[in-house]
Amino acid sequence: MSKKVYLDYAATTPVDPAVFRAMSAFLKKDFGNPSSVHYFGQKAKSAVEESRQKIAGFLGCSGEEVIFTGSATEANNLSINGLLKGINGSQKNISKPHLIISTIEHHAIFEPCLDLKKRGKVELDFLPVDGDGIVKINELEKLVKPNTVLISIIYANNEIGTIQPIAEIGKLIKRINEKREFKIYFHTDAVQAVNFLDCNTDNLCVDMLTVSSHKIYGPKGAGALYIRKGTPVAPLILGGGQESGFRSGTENVPGIVGFAEAVACIQDPRTKIKNIRIRQLRDKLIKRVLKEIPDSQLIGSKTFRLPNNVNFNFKSAEGEAIVIALDQKGIAASTGSACSSKSLEPSHVLLALGLSEEEAHGSLRLTIGKYTTEEEINKVLKVLPPIIKRLREIAGVN
Amino acid sequence: MTNQPYYSKEVVKRFLHPKNLGRIKNADGTGKVGNPRCGDIMKLDIKVEKKKNKEIIKDVKFHTLGCAAAIATSDMIADLVKGKTFNKALKVGYSDVAKALGSVPSVKLHCCVLAQQGLKAAIEDYKKKSEKK
Repeated sequence: MSKKVYLDYAATTPVDPAVFRAMSAFLKKDFGNPSSVHYFGQKAKSAVEESRQKIAGFLGCSGEEVIFTGSATEANNLSINGLLKGINGSQKNISKPHLIISTIEHHAIFEPCLDLKKRGKVELDFLPVDGDGIVKINELEKLVKPNTVLISIIYANNEIGTIQPIAEIGKLIKRINEKREFKIYFHTDAVQAVNFLDCNTDNLCVDMLTVSSHKIYGPKGAGALYIRKGTPVAPLILGGGQESGFRSGTENVPGIVGFAEAVACIQDPRTKIKNIRIRQLRDKLIKRVLKEIPDSQLIGSKTFRLPNNVNFNFKSAEGEAIVIALDQKGIAASTGSACSSKSLEPSHVLLALGLSEEEAHGSLRLTIGKYTTEEEINKVLKVLPPIIKRLREIAGVN
Repeated sequence: MTNQPYYSKEVVKRFLHPKNLGRIKNADGTGKVGNPRCGDIMKLDIKVEKKKNKEIIKDVKFHTLGCAAAIATSDMIADLVKGKTFNKALKVGYSDVAKALGSVPSVKLHCCVLAQQGLKAAIEDYKKKSEKK
């Protein structure tokens, strides 16, 4: 059997060899606990602090503004629940805080917000997106209320790869804040953006920003939240007071070292060239699939889109069946179809764009990475059209 | 939490190469059912033969727009009810379909129910048609 083709880089990525090398010493030789005062502990501690500096450099912030977490999901939860907890102490005049998030947030933002709303802790409003999957920035100011405390907008969507105008939103919020008694804090989930887009926190005018290690060729189990100095975030995990008290628990030293190395790899000038190649492969994939497969369409803006993301909709073919059929041919992909989700609900992102449930039913996501080759894209172009044709036969639609 | 692959070999086999795909010309009964939860649609044709005053399902063919499990269960129920009387065919439960497929992920058991409903709808359609005759 020929080699497997991995086209699910938005789900997770393999660890870069440089990352693996950087990590390995901290798994075995330099295994100390950073909280220990002896040699082993201090060696580990300095590795964590160096890693923090590297990531701070990438985000254009100071080291103390970077808090390591166990995942980006945890960082997102900290940004919302931690801020609300912190504000409860400092802004007593607000009885029920108001949050605004987009309709295409990742579950790691969606669920904590829905949970807060369900428990009566917050008021929640959604900033809608247009048919291209871009937030309607003109509608943001209308949603703002006197008790609004946090706006969280995903930088680049994980399913359809659409890029949101974060810097523009950041500037707008800054302007709104000038006229207000209580500051509105601005958070962005930048997990999918880090590989490709500017993540300078000053350029973006954000107060908090979430990053993940395993989406950028780093190890799983490491994430970080940038918290701008003065943002009243309170810790959710209490214990030994690690991470300046923001996140207790012994630091995942090898994970953090690998994470920082992965960020360093992105800053390598060669990444730009790799990303151009990724975009070219993606454009070939889009062009050929839309041409060769009837009743197919690209979901989400083609222009404001991550260079590695493709999300197609195929009429009369179900997404999970496409994924299973591709897997049988050695190609790994993903779908937003209800059939593939644990809840049996279609993707909220696809529905937010105005797609019908039926259209969401036929979605296929392919995400390209730095190890993707042209041969692999050619293989997809060879294998995919007959799969769609066959599934339409099975559906009785020709 | 189970340590099995997501789909059993039998599910994958039936999904890739369904034996009972298609339509029956001049079908005696047709059932069309949709799953409101996930959006799958199944069409099922039956050919009925009368033997000693008993109606027996002679052939079943299907078309399904849905996931691998929906397609595999459609194909499997066709095999399970062929040659059976209506009464016996209607007794084939969703768990029988799942069992015959080796295993079906618990989140996919509703696909087996869809197959069952498709068959029931086809038999009802047949009965309605024969009343008219």
